Amino acid sequence: MSDTSNRIDSARRAFLNKAGAAAGAAAIAPGVFLTTPAVARPADQPVSSEKRWGILVDTNKCASNCDACVTACKDENGWGSTEHHSSQEQQSQWIRKVEIRNRSTGFVATLPLMCQHCEHPPCVDVCPTGASFKRADGIVLVDKHICIGCRYCMMACPYKARSFIHEDLEDQLPWAPRGKGTVESCTLCVQRVDNDGTPACVEACSAENHNALVFGNLNDENSDISRELARAESIELRADLALNTGVRYRGI
Amino acid sequence: MKLAPNYREIEGKSTGFRVLLGGLGLLAALAFGAFLYMEHSGHYVTGMTNQIVWGMPHVFAIFLIVAASGALNVASIGTVFGKSLYKPLGRLSGLLAIALLLGGLMVLVLDLGHPDRLIVAMTYYNFKSIFAWNIILYNGFLAVTIVYLWFMMERKMNRYYRAAGTVAFVWRLILTTGTGSIFGWLVARSAYDMAMLAPMFIIMSFAFGLAIFILVLMAAYSWTGRPLGDAVLFRLKNLLGVFIAAVLYFVMVYHLSNLYATEHHGVERFILMDGGIYTQLFWIVQILIGSLLPLAMVYHPTIGKSRPAIATASLLVIIGGMAQVYVLLIGGQAYPLEIFPGYEVTSSFHDGVVNSYSPSIWEITLGVGGVAVALLVVTIAIRVLRFLPVSLADDAVDPHAAKAD
Repeated sequence: MSDTSNRIDSARRAFLNKAGAAAGAAAIAPGVFLTTPAVARPADQPVSSEKRWGILVDTNKCASNCDACVTACKDENGWGSTEHHSSQEQQSQWIRKVEIRNRSTGFVATLPLMCQHCEHPPCVDVCPTGASFKRADGIVLVDKHICIGCRYCMMACPYKARSFIHEDLEDQLPWAPRGKGTVESCTLCVQRVDNDGTPACVEACSAENHNALVFGNLNDENSDISRELARAESIELRADLALNTGVRYRGI
Repeated sequence: MKLAPNYREIEGKSTGFRVLLGGLGLLAALAFGAFLYMEHSGHYVTGMTNQIVWGMPHVFAIFLIVAASGALNVASIGTVFGKSLYKPLGRLSGLLAIALLLGGLMVLVLDLGHPDRLIVAMTYYNFKSIFAWNIILYNGFLAVTIVYLWFMMERKMNRYYRAAGTVAFVWRLILTTGTGSIFGWLVARSAYDMAMLAPMFIIMSFAFGLAIFILVLMAAYSWTGRPLGDAVLFRLKNLLGVFIAAVLYFVMVYHLSNLYATEHHGVERFILMDGGIYTQLFWIVQILIGSLLPLAMVYHPTIGKSRPAIATASLLVIIGGMAQVYVLLIGGQAYPLEIFPGYEVTSSFHDGVVNSYSPSIWEITLGVGGVAVALLVVTIAIRVLRFLPVSLADDAVDPHAAKAD
């Protein structure tokens, strides 16, 4: 008997809780969604600055012997085994694993390093033709049609994020065009992001259960990345340059 | 009495002239071949990498472009500052400036990843880019200097030539400021990121341009048997001494400023002490052979009056200048980017290590071709147009200056 009434009570409590929450949400925020519904941006509409994409790299979770993010980027964007004549120093690298060791304390960490998708990208500032550009949503890209291959952006990038293609390429992927004599770098997997996807590196890190990479909209305070950034410390690389990078690091 | 120097084309019928033309033409043709090979294959056949992105062609190109603006100085001193001794040299000065700029730009353009997109570079402008401004400044410099030369050479336009010379002088100062700022505004790299690079490039241009001017002048007058008096030559070599000293001063202030800031100790240690080839090039070639030695030579009471010594000193300034550009350009890139200050860094992408660069024969051939094209332009121009005074003997140039000397 008492068991039954307890069950009813808990069911009623659960119902009232939900109803109350729903009523509260309806009352305080009509027309506002607490989570953004997943609707891909139609191809004929421009990207907007309502979103700013970013990645948080938690180096505490980044495994030193793992380069799943690098492998995933190669597979997704078709670099890594396509340059047969170029020396190792000449081959493209869109993302790389870096090991750092503090000179005074001996602390060691590993992390992926790629285009930091700066709000004020030096590569875009110096590009003579405007081939280096930043989309409204913060993704920094190279327009391969007007890149003259002057490589000034590579001189200007503080993160050595860009590569120059030293030879003819074959079997390119349709969603990641590349070309001899032009400069390229991480696109934040723009082909995925534009279809509400996640960059390949982030997906691969999660698949490995490391979850060192969090991707999302920095302008949405309820996104996973914004909540993580608000919860604990993080830094920009070369913060002294005040570039306001889209990629941030924790644990170093 | 106002002097009107008599200008005349060179005869250009001797075997020596044909050999010179043929030799320079051959070097230019080889450079074109090297360009075709590099463009067809891709830059993998060069020494450049994703670490050293600007290599030997840029060293030649930047040297030539800097020297170009400096070569115009001789004309400016005559026109803008009214020094009559320099006035007969104005035409050659303007011509040399145009020729050196053409040679430098040729190398720069032919080393692009996409030289076929030159039209893109001329039609798409990002006005925040100092590189884009430089494209405008280079083209403008050619136009301004051609007008200046025309006003100088066309009697009817003579009355405007002082104005044109002033515009050209101001333009060249802005142009070299732009070239220096290509490096000075690279905030990310320890070796650059200094506003002082702009005035340093200007003073470098004074020295490089004048050294080339002296050599071309001496060669042209000696090979054509025209008289070149001590008044002109000694004035020029004394001026060269001032410019060498000024470059040394700027180099010293540049390094002292960097040495004061702890964050730049790494790059300074690299260039001044541990940098291997860059350290050797800096101390032995740039400072000792390229600056101190020619400085001592031009001011030495007896050696300074010897023509072979003056020519040698000018040549040493050019060699030292090439070394200076090489150390700044390649050395500045060889030193790793400081992405993680206070950390040792390792990666598959050569982070945290000194990058190596060995120029390929193709890059050197292209660079030498730029020099050849510049000299070819000068050689042909003085053959077909009246650039050179028949005599630069002391009494022909400026009797008062000759007396005073």
